[in-house]
Amino acid sequence: MGVRYLPSLIMSYLPSGVGKRNMIKIGILALQGDFDEHQKMLDGLGINTIQVRKSNQLTNLDGLIIPGGESTTMGKLATDFQLMEDLRTFAMRHAVWGTCAGAILLSKNSGHVQPLLGVMDITTARNAFGRQVESFEIDLNVPALKVVDPSDAPFPAIFIRAPLIETTGPGVEILAYINDDQVVAVREDQWLATSFHPELSTDNRFHRYFLEMIQSK
Amino acid sequence: MSNEVGSFAVKKGLAQMLKGGVIMDVVTPEHARIAEDAGACAVMALERVPADIRADGGVARMSDPELILKIMDTVSIPVMAKCRIGHFVEAQILEALGVDYIDESEVLTPADEANHIYKHDFKVPFVCGCRNLGEALRRIGEGAAMIRTKGEAGTGDVVEAVRHARQVLGDIRHLQSMPIEEVMSFSKSIGAPFELVLETRKLGKLPVVNFAAGGIATPADAALMMQLGVEGVFVGSGIFKSGDPAKRANAVVKAVTHFNDPKMLAEISRNLGEPMVGRQISSIADNELLAKRGW
Repeated sequence: MGVRYLPSLIMSYLPSGVGKRNMIKIGILALQGDFDEHQKMLDGLGINTIQVRKSNQLTNLDGLIIPGGESTTMGKLATDFQLMEDLRTFAMRHAVWGTCAGAILLSKNSGHVQPLLGVMDITTARNAFGRQVESFEIDLNVPALKVVDPSDAPFPAIFIRAPLIETTGPGVEILAYINDDQVVAVREDQWLATSFHPELSTDNRFHRYFLEMIQSK
Repeated sequence: MSNEVGSFAVKKGLAQMLKGGVIMDVVTPEHARIAEDAGACAVMALERVPADIRADGGVARMSDPELILKIMDTVSIPVMAKCRIGHFVEAQILEALGVDYIDESEVLTPADEANHIYKHDFKVPFVCGCRNLGEALRRIGEGAAMIRTKGEAGTGDVVEAVRHARQVLGDIRHLQSMPIEEVMSFSKSIGAPFELVLETRKLGKLPVVNFAAGGIATPADAALMMQLGVEGVFVGSGIFKSGDPAKRANAVVKAVTHFNDPKMLAEISRNLGEPMVGRQISSIADNELLAKRGW
């Protein structure tokens, strides 16, 4: 614990903002899926990261990313390794971002019988766009990203056997639509869910947006 | 909004979602259900597992579409299916069925002894086997969006999987340590496209996801391949030719997640029942080795 407090003492002598980002530590759930891709994206932003496979790796984290992969595999492993309850407890107090399979795990219901964290007031529909041959790339309009980049450029979104966010509760902010009315990115309090994979692109704005969520808490 | 279906990023992307996971051979919808419940990240639908193909002999072809469709209807995870090397019409049929990945596989009897399928023409992604860097990069050049080292399917002997993984990863280490002026000559010597050789050198890894296959039968085998540096594993005969498939399947899945944690591996490996009966590679005649198929 002492190690964690020492740097913050040093930081308080620096002008605000300088090096602050380096203080943040993000966990990436590494049971299965493209956790490496998220980690590389955060490495590129100078963020401390750790791959999370066990409960004790959730301590001293400022946020958690649940990556893309197979939601049934991750749910099964999290259940077998008795991680579900600890992940839920973590999520109640910290920022969590789920991409694709991660978004499914954050949702209350996916239309399948499978273990879910169920912390977000959303329901998802798995493989809503069809099988792999229907997977696609598309430029998305995401006005919320102006917080981290004023350019307002479209976001290159990669959808792979992607889920849709079918219903959203009253506290859920919709960040992006596809085909005018289908929801593919949402935020609710400290939680973020995207149907697509910013970690597969070279555009780090969603990762910066997640960091902004943590810093502005 | 631009909208591109079946781009290379999307084809390669599904393989990236499979990373850290286990892809299991299944021959019935019931097997597929067991595999999914055990935590498989995808299944390979086929009529016979490689151990039976090896035992039965004869010509091994693409599976009956009826079987593949039934398995697709049974599980929510991705379903792969195999076509013969060079048999682009079997591949067209599998694409029309809507399978999620095609394995252009040496486990089936090759349809073309000189050419592989030109895979860029398909929207469905392909995985192909390799024994070394040259073979891997030729397949990627043809459009493979995922690579697996071949090993020797249907044996339960991991020795060839180790040999091929060490060869590919060793070739990459060698490529990275040589001066740039030697790279063209190296490309020529391994018969690989120069641009892909340069890309591999820059990345320090293959430009697509790289799994291991062929002979993995235990959680320890799977963790061995992961520690050698592959990104996930295929298990063929090793699961449904063992005494307790559901238990073993789940143990292999867990071992791939905790591949670097010997204490966890010890726990995971306990009390799994009989493994598949193995067949030593050294007891198999040279002309019966499947890994030699592919060019």
